[in-house]
Amino acid sequence: MIDYNINERLLTVFIHGEIDHHSAAGLRGEIDNLVRRYSPRCLILDFAKVDFCDSSGIAVVLGRYRLMRSLGGEVELTRLPDNVRHIFDLADLRKLVKIG
Amino acid sequence: MKELNQMTLTFSARSVNESFARVAAASFLSQLDPTLQELAEIKTIVSEAVTNCIVHGYAEGTGSVRMKVQIFEGNKVRITVSDKGRGIADIPQAMTPCFTTGNEDRAGMGFSIMQGFSDRIRVRSRSGKGTTVVLDKYIGGRHDGSNL
Repeated sequence: MIDYNINERLLTVFIHGEIDHHSAAGLRGEIDNLVRRYSPRCLILDFAKVDFCDSSGIAVVLGRYRLMRSLGGEVELTRLPDNVRHIFDLADLRKLVKIG
Repeated sequence: MKELNQMTLTFSARSVNESFARVAAASFLSQLDPTLQELAEIKTIVSEAVTNCIVHGYAEGTGSVRMKVQIFEGNKVRITVSDKGRGIADIPQAMTPCFTTGNEDRAGMGFSIMQGFSDRIRVRSRSGKGTTVVLDKYIGGRHDGSNL
């Protein structure tokens, strides 16, 4: 489940609940629909309300990174709980996206 | 090493069961009084192992996944996840970070995360016969299991 706000082509998506292989397909579709609708210059993914994340979350970020790059934009990640930060650190996501 | 307690679950290889499997393992292991971080790590390695069975072992919904969770003396936990699916042709390649035979929706980081969050991982696989992943992890050291 997600909420979002859009402000001057800054799209912030608030992700809720668990990110695993089961939930990731729906999550990808929802975010990509918003990106195509608003054409943001920056996509901010907010993880504050994420209870669980496995490597499916890494793939969600990598896919959105590729999509935003193809549109000339960028991705930022914010408010990562410790368990999410730990997973993303293992994948060195910091090399590709800004983590706030 | 003496086994103190164990549980075994068998469930359909359907993605909706990924959440069930990790919550069941974490709930069973709560008797060891793990920290929140240890619980998160247990849930994550179970999720990765079970997802591998569902994504790579079978086409969705065509087989079953078996998960055994054991508690041994010395706060040692062993989680064994197995399928009877296609098997892994090249285990070292499969365990290489960022390698995946899945589509671009898979990161190829499952084994790296299992290695990072457990103390020992072993993978046995035979082509066409299935795959078993054995994950050992020590919990806290605050509990000797003697009251189990």
